[in-house]
Amino acid sequence: MIDFVVLALLTIITASTPLVFAAIGEIVVEKAGVLNLGVEGMMIVGAIGAFAVAVTTGDPTLAILAGAASGLVLAFIFGFLTLYLLSNQVATGLALTLFGIGFSALLGNGFVGQTYGGLPHLDIPILSDLPFVGQLIFGQDVLVYLSVFSALGVTWFLGRTRWGLAVRAVGENHDAAHSIGFSVTLIRMGAVLFGGAMAGLGGAYLSLAHTPLWVENMTAGRGWIALALVVFASWKPWRAFFGAYLFGGITIVQLHAQGFGVDVPSQILSMLPYLATIVVLVLISRDGSRARLNAPACLGRSFHASG
Amino acid sequence: MKLFGKIATLTAAALATATLAMSGVANAQSDPLKVGFVYVGPIGDHGWSYEHNQGRLALEKEFGDKVETTFVEKVPEGADAQRVINQLATSGHDLIFTTSFGYMNPTLRVAKNHPKVRFEHATGFKRDKNVATYSGRFYEGRHVAGLIAGKMTKTNTIGYVASFPIPEVIRGINAVAIAARSVNPDVKIKVVWVSSWFDPGKEADAAKTMIDQGVDIIMQHTDSPAPIQVAESRGVWAVGQASNMSAFGSKAHLTAIIDNWSPYYVARTKAVLDKTWESGDTWGGFKSGMVEMAPYNTAVPADVVALAETARKGIIDGSVHPFTGPIKDQSGKIVVPAGEVAPDGMLLGMDFYVEGVEGKIPQ
Repeated sequence: MIDFVVLALLTIITASTPLVFAAIGEIVVEKAGVLNLGVEGMMIVGAIGAFAVAVTTGDPTLAILAGAASGLVLAFIFGFLTLYLLSNQVATGLALTLFGIGFSALLGNGFVGQTYGGLPHLDIPILSDLPFVGQLIFGQDVLVYLSVFSALGVTWFLGRTRWGLAVRAVGENHDAAHSIGFSVTLIRMGAVLFGGAMAGLGGAYLSLAHTPLWVENMTAGRGWIALALVVFASWKPWRAFFGAYLFGGITIVQLHAQGFGVDVPSQILSMLPYLATIVVLVLISRDGSRARLNAPACLGRSFHASG
Repeated sequence: MKLFGKIATLTAAALATATLAMSGVANAQSDPLKVGFVYVGPIGDHGWSYEHNQGRLALEKEFGDKVETTFVEKVPEGADAQRVINQLATSGHDLIFTTSFGYMNPTLRVAKNHPKVRFEHATGFKRDKNVATYSGRFYEGRHVAGLIAGKMTKTNTIGYVASFPIPEVIRGINAVAIAARSVNPDVKIKVVWVSSWFDPGKEADAAKTMIDQGVDIIMQHTDSPAPIQVAESRGVWAVGQASNMSAFGSKAHLTAIIDNWSPYYVARTKAVLDKTWESGDTWGGFKSGMVEMAPYNTAVPADVVALAETARKGIIDGSVHPFTGPIKDQSGKIVVPAGEVAPDGMLLGMDFYVEGVEGKIPQ
C-alpha cells in the first residue's frame, strides 16, 4: 500500500513539474504588467531545444540550458515586438504560440523517433533508500528540485527584494515607476525573458524527463493550463505551485480512479482547472476591492515614455 | 466600381485561360497518373500518418514514372480539409486518398463536383460512384497480441490506454479480452481513457498509473510511443500501435500491430491505370496484408510464438475468427452464441464491453 502511494505521488510530481515552471515564469511576466499568451509556444520550443541537445551531446546539463535558452529566444521576439514596437500583447502572444508550434515541428523533423535515456535521478546513499520519503524527496531529478526552488525563489524575489519591488511597480503603475526613474521597458524585458526561460524549462522537463522523446505538439495544451493557473493562483507563486500540484494530482487520481473501475466522468475532471479559473475570474469581477489587490493594474497595457 | 468590375472580368478571364491551359497540359500528357494524399497528422508522427505515407512511397516504387504523387500533411478535419481536397481535385489528380475519418463529408462534397476524379476515404462509411472506402481489421492484430499478452502476463492484468469510446476502439479492447482469456481465463483488462488521440504526457501518465495498479502489459489505442517508453523504464511488457515501435523500448516491445496500406494503395492505383476502378468498401485484415504483426520479441517463448502464428494463419485461411461465440458481455449475457461468429454489423457498431474488461464505457 505504501509503495503504491509513493508511486502515485511520484507520477503526480512528474505531471505537475512542467506546469510549475511555466506558471511561475508567467507570474513574474504578468507581475511586470505584461500578458504573454505565448507560453505554449515557448514550452514546445524549449522541449525540442532541450531534446535536440540531449540527443546530440548526451549532456543533461547542456540540454536543460538549451531548453531554457530556446524559450528565452522566443520570449525575446515577443518582448521586442510588444515592448519596443508596442504591438498588441494578446495578438503577439497568440502568434508566438502558433509560431512556436510550427517552428518546433520544423526543428524537430530529424529527431522524430529518437529516444533519450531520461534525466539522471539524484541518488543519495542511505537517504534515497529511506522508506516513503527516500524516493519522493531524495530521489528526484534536478529539474524537480529546480521547480521547487523557483517557486520559493520567486516568492522571495517579488516580496523581499528591491528588484522584485521594481517589477511589481512597473506592473502596478508604469507611469509612476517611470517618473521615479525605473526603466519600465528594460525591467519588463527582463521579466519576459525570465518567463521565456522558465517556460522553456517546463518544455525541457517534458522532453527530457516526463516522456523522453520528441513528437510534434507534445506539450498538448499544457501552456494554456499554466496560464489558467496564474489567474487561479491570483498571481501568488506559492499558490501557483500548489495549483499545479492540485491539477497534476487531479489528473493522476482521475486516471487511477478509471483503472480501479470507479465511475467518474473523466471529461469533467479534465475541465476542472479551467472551471476553477472561471470561478476565480467571476470572484475578481464581483468583489473587486479584495481580489484585485493582487492583479497587476497595468497588466496587458503597453508603455510608451511620452514625457 | 467600374474599375473593380474591370479587374473582376480580367481576373475571371485570366483564371479561365489558366484553367484551360492546365487542362490542356493534363490532356497532352496521358501519363503519369497523379495520385494525391491527405494526412491528418505529420508524416513524422511515427504512427497513423507515417504508415499512410509509407503506402504512398510504395506506389512510387511500384509504378515508377507512371505515377506522380502529392501529399498534404497535418490537414485539420473540417473546412480546411475540403479546401485541400478540392485543390488536389482541380490540379489534375486522378486518384485522391483522404486518410482520416473526419474527411468523410468534405470528400463526398468535393467528389460531387469532380465526377471524373476517384476518391478513396479511409475508415468512413459513406460512399458514392467515385468515392470508395477502406479500413483495416485491426482487431485481427489485437487478437494475436491478446493471445501473447494472456500467456505473458504474471499479474493476470492487462492495461489498455484508450482514446475515445468509439466502436473501433471498443472492438480492439474486446478482441484483446477475448483472446487473452481464451488462453488464460483469469485475465482482466483495465482500461483508462485519456480523451485524446495524441497527448504523450497523458498517455505516459495513464500507463504509469496502470502499472502502479499491478498491470504488467500495456496496450494502447493512442498514437504516441510514450506508453512503450514507460513500459520499458518500468520493466513491463507493451504492444506497439500502428507501426513498429520497438525503437522506443526494445525490451518491452512484445510486438506491434502494423497498419500496412501499401498493398491496397498499389492495387487501387493499378485499377485506375487499367481502367477497372470501381467504388466499393474494403475492410482488409491479415489476408490482404493490410494488417501485419511486427517481429515478436525474442523473450517470447517459442510455444507462445507458435500459438500466435497459428492464430494469424488461421485468421488468414478463415478457420479462426477473433469474435467466435460464446461471447458474453460484462453482465454475463451471451451476445454471440457458441459456434457462431459476430457479424460485421455488430463489430462496426460495438458499444459494449465483453466479460473480463473492468469498468464502464464512458458515456
